[in-house]
Amino acid sequence: MKFTLNWLKEHLDTTASLNEITDKLTALGLELEGVEDPGEVYAPFKAAHVVSAEKHPDADRLRVCIVDTGSEKIQVVCGAPNAKKGMKGIFAPNGAYIPGTEITLKKGKIRGQDSNGMLVSEREMGLSNEHDGIIELPEDTAIGTPFTELYNLDDPVIDIALTPDRADCAGVRGIARDLAAAGMGTLKPLDTTAVKGKGKSPIGVTIKSTEQCPLFFGRLIKNIKNEQSPAWMQSRLKAIGLRPISALVDITNYVTHDLCRPLHVYDADLLKGDITVRLSKKGESFEALDDKTYNLNDGMTAITDDSGLLGLGGIVGGVSSSATETTKNVFVESAYFDPYATAKTGRALQIDSDARYRFDRGVDPEFTMTGIEIATKLIMEICGTDKTEPMDVVKTGNVPDWKHDIEFDYAYTKKLSGMDVPDKQQIEILENLGFAVKGNKITPPSWRGDVEGKADLVEEVIRVIGYDKIEAISVRSDNAIADSAETPHLTSVRLSRNALAARGLSECVTWSFMSKSLAAAFGQNDNKADAALTLTNPISSDLDQMRPSILPNLMMAASMNVDKGNGESKLFEVGPVFPSVKSDGQITTAAGIRFGNLGPRHWEGANAHRKNDIYDAKADAIATLEAANAPTASLQTAHEASDYFHPGRSGVLKMGNKALAQFGEIHPAILDEMGIKTNVVGFEVFLDNIPTKKSKGPSRPLLQASQFQPVARDFAFIVDENVEAETVVRAAKGAERNLISDISVFDIYQGKGVEDGKKSIAINVMIQPVKQTLTDQEIEGLCKSIVDAVSSKTGAALRG
Amino acid sequence: MTDVNALKTELTSMVEAANDLTTLESARVQALGKKGKITALMKTLGGMDPEERKTTGAALNVLKDEIAELIASQERALKKQDLAQRLATESIDVSLPIRPEAKGKIHPISHTMEELVSIFASMGFKVAEGPDIEDDWHNFTALNFLPGHPAREMHDTFYLPDDPEEQGEAAKKLLRTHTSTVQIRAMQDKGAPIKIIVMGRTYRSDYDITHTPMFHQCEGLYIDKNVHMGHLKGCLMDFVRAYFEVDDLPVQFRPSFFPFTEPSAEMDIGCSRKDGGLKIGAGDDWLEILGCGMVHPNVIKNCGLDPDEYQGFAFGMGIERIAMLKYGIPDLRTFFESDVRWLQHYGFDPLDRPNRATGS
Repeated sequence: MKFTLNWLKEHLDTTASLNEITDKLTALGLELEGVEDPGEVYAPFKAAHVVSAEKHPDADRLRVCIVDTGSEKIQVVCGAPNAKKGMKGIFAPNGAYIPGTEITLKKGKIRGQDSNGMLVSEREMGLSNEHDGIIELPEDTAIGTPFTELYNLDDPVIDIALTPDRADCAGVRGIARDLAAAGMGTLKPLDTTAVKGKGKSPIGVTIKSTEQCPLFFGRLIKNIKNEQSPAWMQSRLKAIGLRPISALVDITNYVTHDLCRPLHVYDADLLKGDITVRLSKKGESFEALDDKTYNLNDGMTAITDDSGLLGLGGIVGGVSSSATETTKNVFVESAYFDPYATAKTGRALQIDSDARYRFDRGVDPEFTMTGIEIATKLIMEICGTDKTEPMDVVKTGNVPDWKHDIEFDYAYTKKLSGMDVPDKQQIEILENLGFAVKGNKITPPSWRGDVEGKADLVEEVIRVIGYDKIEAISVRSDNAIADSAETPHLTSVRLSRNALAARGLSECVTWSFMSKSLAAAFGQNDNKADAALTLTNPISSDLDQMRPSILPNLMMAASMNVDKGNGESKLFEVGPVFPSVKSDGQITTAAGIRFGNLGPRHWEGANAHRKNDIYDAKADAIATLEAANAPTASLQTAHEASDYFHPGRSGVLKMGNKALAQFGEIHPAILDEMGIKTNVVGFEVFLDNIPTKKSKGPSRPLLQASQFQPVARDFAFIVDENVEAETVVRAAKGAERNLISDISVFDIYQGKGVEDGKKSIAINVMIQPVKQTLTDQEIEGLCKSIVDAVSSKTGAALRG
Repeated sequence: MTDVNALKTELTSMVEAANDLTTLESARVQALGKKGKITALMKTLGGMDPEERKTTGAALNVLKDEIAELIASQERALKKQDLAQRLATESIDVSLPIRPEAKGKIHPISHTMEELVSIFASMGFKVAEGPDIEDDWHNFTALNFLPGHPAREMHDTFYLPDDPEEQGEAAKKLLRTHTSTVQIRAMQDKGAPIKIIVMGRTYRSDYDITHTPMFHQCEGLYIDKNVHMGHLKGCLMDFVRAYFEVDDLPVQFRPSFFPFTEPSAEMDIGCSRKDGGLKIGAGDDWLEILGCGMVHPNVIKNCGLDPDEYQGFAFGMGIERIAMLKYGIPDLRTFFESDVRWLQHYGFDPLDRPNRATGS
């Protein structure tokens, strides 16, 4: 919302400075966006006297002038036909920026003659298209008078950001009212007297859609002439960025911005019959004043006559009945359009007009009548002729019900805001803002539809006083020692994140959505993205499906990094995936990938540069699980990973039936589909599936460290090649849980000496005596039971 | 005695002449061995008279000790010399690069969230969480967005197909446009008093230099019987000063509008702009940092609480925005690009996590 300082002063009697006013605007909630001083660009330009003007010796059309600028006499070569001795003009010195031509002046020679600065035309000053000659000032103009003063360009333009609740301040008067209430002067009275009509209007108005347009005032004014609006109006409109068009159109724009009362003018001679406000039907269309043709849907607020659509109520008028310079008889509309209906239509057709901006927010319904009277007076004043005749106002509909009372306990201001404001001062503020106060019963004014309840009244009082007057009070923790602020879920997220970053993976944050086809590849087994999880209005087709897995986003990221020269990406993300739209359907996973090799080539040999394999991904998964407090020692590994992994080179870490994590090589077909040419291993940890550990306080169980010497024994078993190591280890461990403290697998062998279809698995078993040192016999007995247990569980034979 | 003295001279020179461990060992055998020279002389003691035997015996014992000590000292010297020779051959290129170790980083968004928890925890706030896929009621209606209110449209909401198992506003599925939804869930769930912060993903259908379709918000809610705007100001002033690590950071609260708060405010912090750079702190300009206000009575009512009994404040801010301001990250979109160079540059060490005791 833009306005100028002088415009504001039309409504506000004030001695406050520009800075005081702009600071107060922000303090009131009318946030200052900026102040533009239109005079700034014209600062170097001043009135000057042309002392002499001689013909240029080498150019017939040029004159060599000596110009008295007040501070010096300087030679200027001038091409204007009206440059002559004795005249007063506007001089632009060297270094001045010429707004109309966007050129910065430099000292120069024109056909061999020195030329400094220039005498300017209106076009060069960006004021008009006048370029027949340079500006000629009245003879009595004092040399050195600033151009801004001569052309009334010293009126600063103020721009405020208006919140959607404040319709009243979409007019300069509303802003003045707020400032006056806040002690920045007094609100000047507004002339709201009616203009007496000269008989019944020949044009009638019928409203068929009272919900969308409850009230419509119209007035025919006969015998006017629609020429240019006066300079004061034009300069204000220009200052706020509006192009003057014609007196009638400028008046509607002016009243819209001045009083937040949008109006519309029709050329009465172009209207066919009476006006009817009704709902549009799908398929209707009209050409609007913004030179676009709009196709309407059902249910939009259409202003029509016998010829059809004239415009969209509260949004934009049509070309067919628009006022032009030939308009002789004008029909003025001042109506009330419903905010919801206006906003809905405006959004649907994507029309942002000054009228819609105001009706969307809700204009003052009581002012509808005043608006037409003020418009009448302006039209008569500006466009009037001897024969001008305003007819009676056509009144259709009723003022929508806006009046409501609020029971207000003045003590509530202190309770809610912490600011102690005497009742008397509260009442004064409310009354200055136009509220009717009767004891504890407060009625907001018709222009403040946003004020609903007592909290709104508190805001009115304290914003006028200033939020800076509220004393700040620190908020302290209620307990000396707070328990964790985190939820257990957030704790596991944080710990997994730290564990993975500590393992050398970098954390990413990627979109919660991805393309439908990618989601299908990483989703359910039917390779079809779940329709319930497809966005109905995605930002692009690459981002239209809620992600079923984080892995594809990380793979795309890694792939992009390869293109940027970083081939060894190790990336992870801890975040949501969406198997369901239900509010409890979202799950949190920690997912990571390792792209390519472990590291770059290294002088030491191949190991540092080896390919990342599934055991790296498995280690990442286990580290995450450990960090998130999962019982990793008791997990079982199974070949049941999702089908986006390589079927033979992937696994699931399970606790009972629950999958806590999966890991493996990404399925080669998916890599192929994604255009990824390197190997990728990845993992997903399902943090929500980890059982919550019961907290037993910070104390640890007592360490049971045996004082007896441990015994280590190696065993090599020959098993079928499809027997997995974990089965052997579990069987061995099961032989004597109390004494076996650890088992490690130290060799896997197939080849010479081992029969085809078999393999050798070698394990090292640590036996830790608990109560006393074991005898040789006891150790032998234990070894035998280990061999027996492994043999019976896996069909293994001890390797000879 | 002459024999003993002569032997001493002989053995001493023999041991001293041994310049490697093998020669020294044979010198030891010759001197001290069972068939050695001292032993041989010992054997002659039997033929001596008692007086002579006594003196010679004592002298021989002394000699034996002296030679043993001489051999030991010679052995130490030779071993030292040997080691020095070996080490001299073992020199390698110490300038070779180390084995590469990947160093992972924590994303600035996560780091900032941890900072937020740490600061607000010190004021007694606890974390609450809620789902990203929400419904119309939780995202709008419960938060006092009237149907058709332009503010609903301001949010540029992403929608999902209606949930056929639900009815009305609960069926209208969307991606939450703000974390304020969790205010509703938490109040419904836990009632009052309540003092929570919420951090998470939020979504709006907007993608340009300063907007991404997904971003993160931090939301705070403090409801009790007498929480007023003074507390709101104090809480947020303390927060911005702690977060930006500027003790005297000036702040300004301006009236504003949000459907779910009344009165509403926006908070600015002091800054100065010079040569295209932005510095947070006392300066000649203000920077908008967050929106806040007293929770609208309708919102409290919608959560099943009595607005005449309970009142309090709420605030919300963009996590990327405050991270950009604090850490000088110029472009919002880069947060989501997963460029390894960016992550390494702007990311944080996993072993150096935010902590109120060491500065966040």
